[in-house]
Amino acid sequence: MTPLLTAILIATIISGTPLVIAALGELVVEKSGVLNLGIEGMMAVGALAGFAVTYHTGQAGLGILAAMLAGMALSLVFAVLALTLMANQVACGLALSIAGLGLAGFLGKPYEALSLPQIHPLPIPILADIPIVGTIFFHHQILVYVSWALFAAVMVFLYKTRAGLLVRAIGESPHSAHAIGSNVIAIRYAATLFGGAMAGLAGAFMSIFFTPLWDERMISGRGWIAAALVVFATWRPARVLIGAYLFGGVMILQLFIQGSGWQISIPSQFLSAMPYLATILVLVVISQNRRTIRLHSPMSLGVSYRPD
Amino acid sequence: MKNSLKLLASLAVTLGLGLMPQARAADTIGFVYVSPVGDAGWTAQHDMARKEMEKAMAGKVTTKFVENVPEGPDSERVIREFAQNGAKVIFTTSFGFMNPTEKIAKLYPNIVFMHATGYKSNDSNFGNYNARFYEGRYLNGVIAGKMTKSNILGYVAAFPIPEVIMGINAFTRGAKSVNPKAEVRVIWVNSWFDPGKEKQAAETLISQNADVLTHHTDSTAVVQAAEAKKIYAFSYHSDMSKYAPHAQLSGTVHEWGKYYTNAVNQILAGRGKPANVWGGMKEGMIRIAPMSSAVPKDVQTMVTGLADKIKAGTFHPFTGPVVDQDGKTRIPAGTTISDGDLNSMNYYVEGVASKYPSN
Repeated sequence: MTPLLTAILIATIISGTPLVIAALGELVVEKSGVLNLGIEGMMAVGALAGFAVTYHTGQAGLGILAAMLAGMALSLVFAVLALTLMANQVACGLALSIAGLGLAGFLGKPYEALSLPQIHPLPIPILADIPIVGTIFFHHQILVYVSWALFAAVMVFLYKTRAGLLVRAIGESPHSAHAIGSNVIAIRYAATLFGGAMAGLAGAFMSIFFTPLWDERMISGRGWIAAALVVFATWRPARVLIGAYLFGGVMILQLFIQGSGWQISIPSQFLSAMPYLATILVLVVISQNRRTIRLHSPMSLGVSYRPD
Repeated sequence: MKNSLKLLASLAVTLGLGLMPQARAADTIGFVYVSPVGDAGWTAQHDMARKEMEKAMAGKVTTKFVENVPEGPDSERVIREFAQNGAKVIFTTSFGFMNPTEKIAKLYPNIVFMHATGYKSNDSNFGNYNARFYEGRYLNGVIAGKMTKSNILGYVAAFPIPEVIMGINAFTRGAKSVNPKAEVRVIWVNSWFDPGKEKQAAETLISQNADVLTHHTDSTAVVQAAEAKKIYAFSYHSDMSKYAPHAQLSGTVHEWGKYYTNAVNQILAGRGKPANVWGGMKEGMIRIAPMSSAVPKDVQTMVTGLADKIKAGTFHPFTGPVVDQDGKTRIPAGTTISDGDLNSMNYYVEGVASKYPSN
């Protein structure tokens, strides 16, 4: 039983990682009051850039960098449209998703036939030798550890630093933040670019580490799941993390149930829907308190800010 | 004056040219694809065949294709556009294009519409074609049954529809025919293309001791997962050996090229639309990918022999007794399953360890 459980937990962490990275990025964006629904498109572009650069240079590190830059470049388009030109954020985000997928598909044609060499996990010295725990948590790809560091960084940044406070203030009331002298547009730009970089990074995890291949359909809706996670987690980093792993975990669990050969008859469509249902259910149940929801949700999310 | 003379002269030349008999322009053949062409997979095989046909008919046809066409209203628009722009033959290569194709075929009686994997057709200009993928599956199953050490075979599948069920059952029967202890475990991922999920399903099966995998989804993720974990796999749609040089033992490969060439030839020669066809190894619409060196010689010989029998029509993978997993005899001994029964298959055969998905 133990090896099976270990396998399930390891797979859960891997499965949740792209969601953790993309959703934490989006969380920071939304905390600043910007709603960028273009994650799916930015992930696709990031996946392609990461794949292509890794393929040509043989350096996964450069691939990761390229993926983040590609995601940022796409989010910059969004920022110009939605923040500078004050176009509707929801419409821009949706357009960004479609455009990003299309662009990645178009530019990625030459890479469809290729695959990257499998990159071996990077065990963390000493910690990896702890029985069971070490196998589950410390035998992963580098981006898995990065996602944990990202979580810690986002927590500290948002709740322990002045800059984080400013981001949150802008998400609540850009006018008040402006009144105390902060540059609302510039900070929203920075947050949006950060979100783009994280979406690109999540894409790179998919195309370089997870399934070392490129295809324009490979993101398969994970960007949308990340966007939804942020909302269902009521804009709280820890709940985003729980949500992402819960989603990944239930996904893996249902695959294990199917693969076990147990004689239980559950329609596979229902099993496939389970991760979505379970995640929504759990996040809704733990986020029932209206006062805390109000406390954590950015009041001016998705509202264009016009400096007076 | 001089200018208008020139104009007249050029007009005369143009008109004259227009009236002169011309070499017949190449006919346009349209293809509608459900997904991006890609390098391997369902659409990749159709596109390879399109090129093969174009080459075989050099000069006589030009082909055009539209990829990534969603099933439903969008496909109708694409098919109509092909028809309006003067295509002579239009191939629509996904099940969900069936009704739109039928609808447009009614509007353009002079164009021939051929639809892959459907069941509708008419008497004049709308036909269908499909391949007996299960024949390749059975042979893959035989190899799997011989190669497995754990006796657990893993199958990553997209949606529980007869075409997929048929493949699972054929694979299982092949494996059981040489290894009564073999069992097949199926994971449904409910998606035709999601490499992440396909890979996870593959790894799940591997961690539950499956040592030979195959898949009925559209990416190369499963064979790649097998390669990474150093176990065996069979490819589907395409030969995927370049993605899994050690893991791939063989595979089931679609070959539409000869069919397209013959069909287009027949139509352009004015001999009407091709008859509906469900072709297999005999017709060259299916083959198995070359067996890797990991497959022992005697197994290779046995599989080649079986393949010859299938081609000759002396062996059918679903010759009775076909017993389902609950022990009920579906096809009695000595009887071969009918095409109708194959196409409505809604049970697992004996040997599939997973429970049939819908109650």
